Amino acid sequence: MDENYDVIVLGTGLTECILSGILSVEGKKVLHIDRQDFYGGESASLNLSQLYTKFRPSAQRPELKGRDRDWCVDLIPKFLMANGELTNILVHTDVTRYIDFKQIAGSYVYRNGRIAKVPANEVEALRSNLMGLFEKRRMKRFLEFIQNYDEDTPSTHQGFNLDTNTMNEIYTHFGLENGTKDFIGHAMALWHTDDYLNDVARPTYERIILYVQSVAKHGKSPYLYPLYGLGELPQGFARLSAIYGGTFMLDTPIDEVLYDETDGVKKFAGVVTKEGTAKAPIVIADPTYFPEKVKKTGARVIRAMCILEHPVPNTGDTDSVQIIIPQNQVGRKHDIYIAVVSDVHCVVPKGYYLAIVSTIIETDAPHIELEPAFKLLGPRIDTLMGITEIYEPINDGTADGIYISKSYDSSSHFESTTDDVKDLYFRITGKPLVLKKRSTTEEESQDEATIGGL
Amino acid sequence: MSFPNPATSVKLVLLGEAAVGKSSLVLRFVSNDFQENKEPTIGAAFLTQKCTIGERTIKYEIWDTAGQERFASLAPMYYRNAQAAIVVYDITKPASFIKARHWVKELHEQASKDITIALVGNKYDLVEDDTEEESLRKVSVEEGKGLAEEEGLLFFETSAKTSYNVNDVFIGIGSKIPEAASAGPNQIHQTNNDGRIDLTSDPNNRPRAAGDCAC
Repeated sequence: MDENYDVIVLGTGLTECILSGILSVEGKKVLHIDRQDFYGGESASLNLSQLYTKFRPSAQRPELKGRDRDWCVDLIPKFLMANGELTNILVHTDVTRYIDFKQIAGSYVYRNGRIAKVPANEVEALRSNLMGLFEKRRMKRFLEFIQNYDEDTPSTHQGFNLDTNTMNEIYTHFGLENGTKDFIGHAMALWHTDDYLNDVARPTYERIILYVQSVAKHGKSPYLYPLYGLGELPQGFARLSAIYGGTFMLDTPIDEVLYDETDGVKKFAGVVTKEGTAKAPIVIADPTYFPEKVKKTGARVIRAMCILEHPVPNTGDTDSVQIIIPQNQVGRKHDIYIAVVSDVHCVVPKGYYLAIVSTIIETDAPHIELEPAFKLLGPRIDTLMGITEIYEPINDGTADGIYISKSYDSSSHFESTTDDVKDLYFRITGKPLVLKKRSTTEEESQDEATIGGL
Repeated sequence: MSFPNPATSVKLVLLGEAAVGKSSLVLRFVSNDFQENKEPTIGAAFLTQKCTIGERTIKYEIWDTAGQERFASLAPMYYRNAQAAIVVYDITKPASFIKARHWVKELHEQASKDITIALVGNKYDLVEDDTEEESLRKVSVEEGKGLAEEEGLLFFETSAKTSYNVNDVFIGIGSKIPEAASAGPNQIHQTNNDGRIDLTSDPNNRPRAAGDCAC
């Protein structure tokens, strides 16, 4: 094994793999290590035996059809926004070559004790029973304001300043009901608390635009999902990194972290593993590799993987949905999310459905907090629950050369993950991440060779 | 040149110990080229080549390991839906033949059941002029054939350097792949082939060239 690298990356979670890929493409010499023998770290998709080993090592598991690897159960439930930043990164790096995507069939929101489809177009909006006729008109005027808002044309601002006016002030102006605010803030802007109401309107405006543009891209819903599960994403970026010279070592625990000390300042210098010593001036790692250099954010997420033998009731028997239970609707402070995928996404054998329920814990009995979601799902063959602490780095890494990613949060999409990727990239390189299209000419031959006679 | 039938896509993966000539074999097949002292694989790990066998045109989508085999770090993604595999060893290096057995086993475990596998002993050029008494050859033809018969594999000895037998490997694989299996790269989930989203389809993004792979 070579001894000197430009960057050592520890952990093969999505954040680490995207950075590994981008830095390799830029010509950096990358050594990428994971202590586990599979790709993905906290953002892996597990096969059946990996899943039960992790969540229920000693107890029995129900009789389930299919081979071990016919199951790809995501550890963090998230979808890609069709027009979001992860999609953009996938396209620019050409990692789309390695992964097939499908749409999530629909997005639903819980209101007054039942679920209703979030309209994906005007026809659906007119037919929707989410709100009455007059409220629909007010909603329409609000969305027109959002869509027509143009920074350089003050007449489109209707007297508002997105950087000083709060979202509540804008809602009030359009006379929207509380239920409609829930719908806009939680099912479209995808906030999982109501804190945004008294903040300036711009972030919410940007989130609504992202939602609307994502729906417009392919119809039905704003969400995309990779065949064989989210674990394909880190694998795809790892492959990109390897193609550009990155060295990968799985199943390789870190025996020792090496430091250089000058003037009392300890800087990262390398790692020792069973393969020997590897040196690099900087390291990128997930929080589990440097527990003393991260802190708890205070938020704890509970996630329940539910195995079903039927589609979720009242969703028109669709193969996949997202259901959002806004916090107000069930007397909570944080929304409950349900992400449902099935065999059309090649993550379970035919006939099964996988529903992952998640929320931020508010009480001492977190499993009871998920009850409103369980009621919507109907009978479950099995339910595996896990609680995750959310960590973030204490320092930005510039002093000691140790750049640590954040834990994957409870949001329903990858926008905060890609924000972390961009932030880390900036801290590491000192320049903002600019995505350039990967040149494909040298690696692909479209010549048609006719061989074998004809 | 025109083809009567649209090309059917076949995902083909390469396996074998480092430096046995995996990339060189593909380079010979795809570009009819050979580079002496080729650097380990960097930046060229997704090649396509069309191959016409009788009435059929097969478009090979060839996946190179990109070095991820070195520390046993090939991802499940690599084997996913592969319809063909070439397991390469160096006929002058017995250790690489032992490793080839390991890769065949790995394929039986990780890949789909009906995968077509070719066992290829490369670097034939190093032994062609050898005499009986003095030979660089360390793995006999019989040993290679024996393993192939045991495991139900196609068998070839090749030279990426002189191009000896290289095309025959790909033609051999193409002839053995069942017609139905080459319907698409994800034949296992044939019923689910529709509804895939092309992330690059947005008109604001680059247009895809005709014949470009849609994966």
